[in-house]
Amino acid sequence: MSDLAIRVGALGKLYKIGRRQERYKTLREQIVDTFATPFRRLSSAVCGQSSAVSDEVVWALKDLSFEVNRGEVIGVIGRNGAGKSTLLKILSRITEPTEGYAEIQGRVASLLEVGTGFHSELTGRENIYLNGAILGMKKAEIERKFDEIIDFAEVEKFIDTPVKHYSSGMYLRLAFAVSAHLEPEILLVDEVLAVGDAAFQKKCLGRMGDVAKQGRTVFLVSHNMAAITRLSDRVLWLDNGQLQAYGPPEETVARYLASGIQELGEVTFPDPSPPPSGTAYVRLLAVRIRNSEGQITSVLDIRLPFTLEMEYQILRRVSSLRIGFTLTAQDGVVVLSSTDMDNVEDELERKPGTYVSRCRIPGDLLNHGQYFVSVGSDFPLIKTHFFHDRVLAFRMEQTGGVGGHIPDRRPGMLRLRLPWNLQKID
Amino acid sequence: MGVNEQVLRSDRSAIDDGRLSLTDLSVTIIQPSQGWVSLKLHELWEYRELLYFLTWRDIKVRYKQTVLGAAWAIIQPFFTMVVFSLFFGKLAKMPSDGIPYPIFSYAALVPWTFFANGLNQSSNSLVGSANLIKKVYFPRLIVPISSLISGVVDFLLSFLVLLGMMLYFGILPTWNVVWLPLLLLLALAVALGVGLWLSAMNVRYRDVRYVVPFLIQIWLFATPIAYPSSLLSEPWRTLYGINPMVGVVEGFRWALLGTDTAPGPMIAVSSLIAMALLISGAFYFRRMEKTFADVV
Repeated sequence: MSDLAIRVGALGKLYKIGRRQERYKTLREQIVDTFATPFRRLSSAVCGQSSAVSDEVVWALKDLSFEVNRGEVIGVIGRNGAGKSTLLKILSRITEPTEGYAEIQGRVASLLEVGTGFHSELTGRENIYLNGAILGMKKAEIERKFDEIIDFAEVEKFIDTPVKHYSSGMYLRLAFAVSAHLEPEILLVDEVLAVGDAAFQKKCLGRMGDVAKQGRTVFLVSHNMAAITRLSDRVLWLDNGQLQAYGPPEETVARYLASGIQELGEVTFPDPSPPPSGTAYVRLLAVRIRNSEGQITSVLDIRLPFTLEMEYQILRRVSSLRIGFTLTAQDGVVVLSSTDMDNVEDELERKPGTYVSRCRIPGDLLNHGQYFVSVGSDFPLIKTHFFHDRVLAFRMEQTGGVGGHIPDRRPGMLRLRLPWNLQKID
Repeated sequence: MGVNEQVLRSDRSAIDDGRLSLTDLSVTIIQPSQGWVSLKLHELWEYRELLYFLTWRDIKVRYKQTVLGAAWAIIQPFFTMVVFSLFFGKLAKMPSDGIPYPIFSYAALVPWTFFANGLNQSSNSLVGSANLIKKVYFPRLIVPISSLISGVVDFLLSFLVLLGMMLYFGILPTWNVVWLPLLLLLALAVALGVGLWLSAMNVRYRDVRYVVPFLIQIWLFATPIAYPSSLLSEPWRTLYGINPMVGVVEGFRWALLGTDTAPGPMIAVSSLIAMALLISGAFYFRRMEKTFADVV
């Protein structure tokens, strides 16, 4: 166990849901139940039926096993309801598992919420002490870090005003400032990075990065794939309470993102019901990716060009209608966008009918990795007809390409073949 | 839940070298618990600072934005005493063990108010701290305990008024006042014992908190506050101690005012009942604790 920080074995958590849980039980009901149950059981035993009133159950976590080494940063990803928060709650000892076990070596601090225990009537100073104590810091520790905390939160002027007078930004900064100065061996963080404005989020991420570099074990639950990819050593993917994958960040995040999206190279849009209104101009029928040989595929060679096809139906005679697409990389960054009117100087008129717009993307452009295609149509700057976000995914595979005889994986979104010049100067 | 802590032998040398400190290496094991769970009192000691801060918060908040604030701690028992003196003392001519009726009832009302308010506060304490319970780990016993301790401040204030009244009536305290702290402890034990039962039950059965005011009212009249326990003859008087507040209230009166009959056996019975309530309450609470975060 000495190098492990956390070991989890066959962990499971059961929740009962259903009518019984809809409202709180009252004592009266419980007492009536206690008397009625023997009779109920007796009668069903006589009749030969099962007497158990079946409550619906849901396994928030089932048969989960994994290990975390000391000093590792583990990103935990998954859809909403996958069991991530439940896992954190169990590791924080807030709730108990139904089966299985977890072994934790070291002091644990959990950040499941920012500002837990803050009381609006108390001043900032008082709340720092209160919140710090709630999070598990000793009084001496809080006093030692007091000035740092106020610095980080940038609220020196207001430190002795009741917190109910703070703006929401100040409140969050103060709350996070206290949490940011926790020094446990193991830190469990649950999506607290998602709150606040951009400047605040940047600060939070920076702090998370520092904590990670200090050699602490961190368990980070987040929907921010960029942060997860950047900070994690390994990523845990949970779905429906079960472990789907546990491995390197890029790969695991890619698998997670692709899990909800078509990966066959083609997506079609069936007849909408009810049919689009009489004022609609255009309807998207299908989006395809064809490689340099014209085959529909979702795996492409980074050296070779490929074509994006959009098939659509024009419902009324129209001009200046744009159809285009956006490519988004794995971490959510938009790579490029292009429309079929980019090269056209005059207005483009289309009569009703079925059309295909094809765009050829050159080879030696995109670096290896996964990309998503979003398709949209509009009257430029006036009105959007449709926008389908990330309907198709494809992978650029490194099968050579620039620097092909040396199989290296380069960073960057682009992988261009650029001209180099070698000149001997004496 | 089941938690074990052990230090690994392989890391012993690292500790001796000073490379690692002992606290770094405790292994916590999390498992489903079955049936009755240990009280883990050492954990309460570990988290004593949190207990301090939560109590401090309760006290501060109670007095921050109120006009009456501290005065309420005094008004409640005082005006009850006035009403009792009028209707029980004067009208009904209730005997009062040879002491003026007002101070006779007030001396009982001071610990009683502490108990009643403590019960009200603690029974709803877990539900009131739901956001803490769902997000942070600490021994949940701290929640009802801190809600009781913050009532001690109110108790001290009304106690000062009691001393004032004693001065007014010219009653000097006897040496028996040394028993007062113990009696206060007894009151705390009763309040905590019942409070633990009620707060744990309230999480699951929310109608419990509506039962509490009614319970307190009935209990008030079942306790010798408005009347003396000397109305009962032995052995009934001793058995009366089965209501643990009887021991507290009569003990208070005896320690401060020197009533005729020493209530020793009564207090003994009350103490036993109080212990039983406290221990059973603590075990019930700990057993239900694993469901709190899920149900609250």
